[in-house]
Amino acid sequence: MEIFTRHKRFWLIAPAVVYIGFFMGLPLVQMAYVSILERGVNGGVEWGNFSFESYISFIFERDLMDNLMVNTDYLQIFLRSFELSAITTVLALILGFPTAFYIAMQPQGRRNMFIFLVTIPFWTNILVRNYAWMLLLRNGGLIDNLLAYFGIDTGGLDILYTPYAVSIGLTYTYLPFMVLPIYASLEKLDHRLIEAAFDLGANKRKAMTRIILPLAAPGIVAGAILVFIPSLGAFVTPELLGGGKFMMIANLIGSQFGAARNWPFGSALGFVLLAMVLLAMMVYSLKFKKTAKDAS
Amino acid sequence: MSEVVISARSVSKRFGSGTHAVHALDDVSVDIFQNEFFTMLGPSGCGKTTLLRLIGGFEQTTTGEIALEGQVLNDLPPFKRPINTVFQSYALFPHLTVRQNITFGLEMQNISRQNAAKRADEMLELVRLSQFGDRQPSQLSGGQQQRVALARALAPAPKVLLLDEPLSALDLKLRKEMQIELKRLQTETGITFVFVTHDQEEALTMSDRIAVMQSGKILQIGTPRDIYETPTHRFVADFIGDSNFLHGDIKQNGGHAVLALPGGQHVSLADVDTGARLSKTATIAIRPERLMVHPVGVAETTYTTLRGKIADVVYFGTDTTYHIAIDDQTALLARVQNRDGSTIPFAQGNDVNITLPSGAIRVLVD
Repeated sequence: MEIFTRHKRFWLIAPAVVYIGFFMGLPLVQMAYVSILERGVNGGVEWGNFSFESYISFIFERDLMDNLMVNTDYLQIFLRSFELSAITTVLALILGFPTAFYIAMQPQGRRNMFIFLVTIPFWTNILVRNYAWMLLLRNGGLIDNLLAYFGIDTGGLDILYTPYAVSIGLTYTYLPFMVLPIYASLEKLDHRLIEAAFDLGANKRKAMTRIILPLAAPGIVAGAILVFIPSLGAFVTPELLGGGKFMMIANLIGSQFGAARNWPFGSALGFVLLAMVLLAMMVYSLKFKKTAKDAS
Repeated sequence: MSEVVISARSVSKRFGSGTHAVHALDDVSVDIFQNEFFTMLGPSGCGKTTLLRLIGGFEQTTTGEIALEGQVLNDLPPFKRPINTVFQSYALFPHLTVRQNITFGLEMQNISRQNAAKRADEMLELVRLSQFGDRQPSQLSGGQQQRVALARALAPAPKVLLLDEPLSALDLKLRKEMQIELKRLQTETGITFVFVTHDQEEALTMSDRIAVMQSGKILQIGTPRDIYETPTHRFVADFIGDSNFLHGDIKQNGGHAVLALPGGQHVSLADVDTGARLSKTATIAIRPERLMVHPVGVAETTYTTLRGKIADVVYFGTDTTYHIAIDDQTALLARVQNRDGSTIPFAQGNDVNITLPSGAIRVLVD
């Protein structure tokens, strides 16, 4: 029996469509428009004056003679962001998979408690949590003092305001997004499949690589995407733990709308990022589909 | 008798500890022979699956030991035992094809890809699924998945195949087919099958020997005929088929034992193999189809004859079941084949004589 006809069913999703369309779709169009406008002399844009200068200046700069010269500064920030996000994703996977596996092996009641614990960090504002990390990581901070107490003289950790600090902070922030989808796929995993693998002569390592990991793959992929993409767009963590030195894309974009007063370039950077993420996702999903097909 | 393959010695299994401990198995000993279809039969919670899991290595014995061909298995993990299992839910790997499921165990033994593929073909042939090798398990019916599970477990040529209620998820018709199929596979492969079920009919039709279990103990081990015809315990007689039970005092009458029923009638145990189980009281069992019902005054034999009144008549097509009251408290069940099909000879309220052939009376362990 159908509760709603096809026509009436539309109204279930209509509010969300209107909301997203108005508050996200429209601004996106506006941003696209701004990105191909000329920059205003005192900030803002020259409405109606079209120019691709913003996209050009992502890779090139003009010398005094108006010749184009390759400038990789921005590209390097992009690359570093991708690199940091990739490292973060791997770290989150290394920490997250065993955690999710452990939780999935607990009795039902205890599992819910652990899942509850995993979500507790969300209760605190991300800014507060990042400031807390600053206190932990800074020279003479908690970790430094603790190491000194145990007789390990670091001579100052020198880790705050480095890419390492950013990666640590991002891993911490997005770890739950890795744990939860992996847990969801492991929880569904029939324990008897593991027994069947043992029964057929697979040791623990083989059971893990041949049965558990392939069956948890959808969760791992979902977790990786949920960690990688927000990491790429992270703003607060690189600002605070990275010292705000154009550590990552979002900070660069932010500065174009702020201090640099170059809205078209900020918009263009936003679109380059969007294009790169979409491309990466497409490559990833194609590759994943292929390996899934190869496995079967 | 052929060689012992599996030997369980005083095996006990306790789950939990202290006052909450559950004794799943209590001092069980059993020998299972080469090339045997051995069934463990009992209601849920009797310990049959636990014993199977102990043999498979999925649980550890609390006390006692389990040996395979004389070698104690206790500390060997499941993947080092030449024993494979067909799981109740089949437990087929959903991300692998039928063929990959079957070769999984072979790959774990480092058998070459070529030989594994050949073996998989043989197995697919054996379970009659040759054209389904490239399907995913989810694309198969329940009965087909069952056969894949069998092929997968048989592929590495285990010494023993364990089957944990493998037919319980199938519908009746498929179950009957698979019963025949299982028996055929066991005969063709010559592998020892250890089969767990709560279905007495399954046990009777397929098994070479049956162990009837209750509350963590094996009550009786024997051929299907032994178990059905000469049950030693009330539980066995009751669990497998229908039985009439008569309980009474033992009295002596003219040099031989007589069972005095509460209603005043007597059952002579003169020619009955009592198995030295007589004390002051006794319980006897007799199958409904072994009772003979006659009109009063007809066919007085040397056998014990009880007087009764038909309380109920239930027509079953092939036979008719009479509920016959022999005293205020006791009713006997008699099953009579409908040979001529025209009339039912007795009606409710008729007085009848019931003959109990001595050869059909079993004296049970109290």
